[in-house]
Amino acid sequence: MSSGKLVQMLPAGIAQGDGLAGVISFVARTLGLPILGLALFLMFWQAGASKVETSLGTFPGPVEVWEQTQALVAEHLEEQQRAEEFYQRQEERNAKRLEKDPNAPIKVREYIGKPTFFDQIGTSLITVLAGFVIASLIAIPLGICIGLSASLNAALNPVIQIFKPVSPLAWLPLVTMVVSAVYVSDDPMFAKSFITSLFTVALCCLWPTLLNTSVGVSTISPDLQNVSKVLRLSWMTHVVKIVLPSSVPMIFTGLRLSLGIAWMVLIAAEMLAQNPGLGKFVWDEFQNGSSNSLGRIMVAVLVIGLIGFALDRIMLMVQRFVSWDKTAVFR
Amino acid sequence: MDKTHLELTGVSIEFPTPKGSFKALDDVNLKIKKGEFISLIGHSGCGKSTVLNIVAGLHRATTGGVVLDGKEVNEPGPERAVVFQNHSLLPWLTAYENVELAVKQVFKGKKSKAEMREWIEHNLNLVHMSHAMNKRPAEISGGMKQRVGIARALAMEPSVLLMDEPFGALDALTRAHLQDSLMEIQKDLNNTVIMITHDVDEAVLLSDRIVMMTNGPAATVGEILQVELERPRNRIQLADDPQYNHYRHEVLSFLYEKQRKVEDIKEHQTAKKSQPEATAKSA
Repeated sequence: MSSGKLVQMLPAGIAQGDGLAGVISFVARTLGLPILGLALFLMFWQAGASKVETSLGTFPGPVEVWEQTQALVAEHLEEQQRAEEFYQRQEERNAKRLEKDPNAPIKVREYIGKPTFFDQIGTSLITVLAGFVIASLIAIPLGICIGLSASLNAALNPVIQIFKPVSPLAWLPLVTMVVSAVYVSDDPMFAKSFITSLFTVALCCLWPTLLNTSVGVSTISPDLQNVSKVLRLSWMTHVVKIVLPSSVPMIFTGLRLSLGIAWMVLIAAEMLAQNPGLGKFVWDEFQNGSSNSLGRIMVAVLVIGLIGFALDRIMLMVQRFVSWDKTAVFR
Repeated sequence: MDKTHLELTGVSIEFPTPKGSFKALDDVNLKIKKGEFISLIGHSGCGKSTVLNIVAGLHRATTGGVVLDGKEVNEPGPERAVVFQNHSLLPWLTAYENVELAVKQVFKGKKSKAEMREWIEHNLNLVHMSHAMNKRPAEISGGMKQRVGIARALAMEPSVLLMDEPFGALDALTRAHLQDSLMEIQKDLNNTVIMITHDVDEAVLLSDRIVMMTNGPAATVGEILQVELERPRNRIQLADDPQYNHYRHEVLSFLYEKQRKVEDIKEHQTAKKSQPEATAKSA
């Protein structure tokens, strides 16, 4: 294949006719630089970590972290294996009983093992998404109302500004007590720790979406508002046809900020509420204090970072899908 | 001719400012007959747009008022459709959908779905935009956007069509093209039109009457010029027409002698010297 054909196959960013030199410089820019940055980071990490001595041993470098990652994966697979064996045994036992007496009472028990790191990731994701969805369901409609009404904005702005900077750690004891008092049931559908973490997350990540939505709505072009007035659009049509589409970019800016905050807050909330997610994992490892603990916490740190990044990218994809302006630059 | 269709009586408006109230318009009186094409011309800042917005119902006069077909105007409504200067199409809707939004609003319950579709297509056809019906505003040129804006206004079947410098943001060739289109549409529909312009040629070419406004603050109607050129008008033939040039002269002399903008005097004098026959355009 000639280099000309190769150029045609590559994505935009390299001009036609740049030839092979252009392709090389494009690849270097898009792949080479990030790889170089990561490599340098790993080098500094390894060099720096070996110089830090803690009571739990040397600070983990990339190598230890990689070992712990493998250990965590192995633990997870082992636990899965055990669960499988447990269900198999149970099934066999039940089958035998039925053979003897077709009317024999059968007990099906669930396997209760120690949640592994990956189970904890799952719990964290469910908790953060539930909290984020609740926050968004409150923030977007309320933000639209605030954006449309200057009086409502004047009335609520002080409240928003006061609660916006409050740390999740301050909310948590209050939320815990309220949940204990209000959420009383003999057979709870959700664990209290889950409900506590979820509402703490929602309380903290509500604000960026609320503020950005209200600003987006209040800055709709006056020309479009005039169009709506001349057409005498009903309130609902006005919101659906004019307000929502024109504030989509701002709403999504808010949602992305909110999701980022939600994920950050979640780890702290889980630590204190003992919700079996990543926060609890970090806390338990810290309390455990084995020589592997720091390495395992470092794995959690990296995983938290990667998931946060992935969540933001997913929101960006959703925005691209929802937004009417496909030519807009999303970053 | 017909009796008065739209009447502005003693219209004044004051806007509150931090330094006290500012009187933008003072005692504007105007009677407009059905099917008449009126141009409002004046220097920028003289309150032309304010007059239009009062008729549209987007502003309320402090004293005086507007009566359309015997009813007082006190809120915006589709019977007074507005063509905005910068098209004001909803960027997330296609040309068709933009017109559809207006048609659905005005003819809800009066036209069936198929009739609406036909009516939308008819109006887009009228402004020669049926080929780009399914394009979004970002995908079409400025002139095409303004055409869709006009189609949207016409589709409301307004009793008065209000145009706020509809061609002001377009280049001269596109503008001439759209003016011709507008005259053609006007020949068939015979709408009552109030158009704001700062282009003397445009005013003379299109209007039955040109309303010249004095400078603000407290601007009002200065002179009214009846344009009695036969229709259909042709811009090329009119270029040498003494009557046409007389009308142009009248408007130019009103704008640059009687209502010369004091703060702009130097600017205008240099501009006049360099291009004495140039189209009158306010800064």
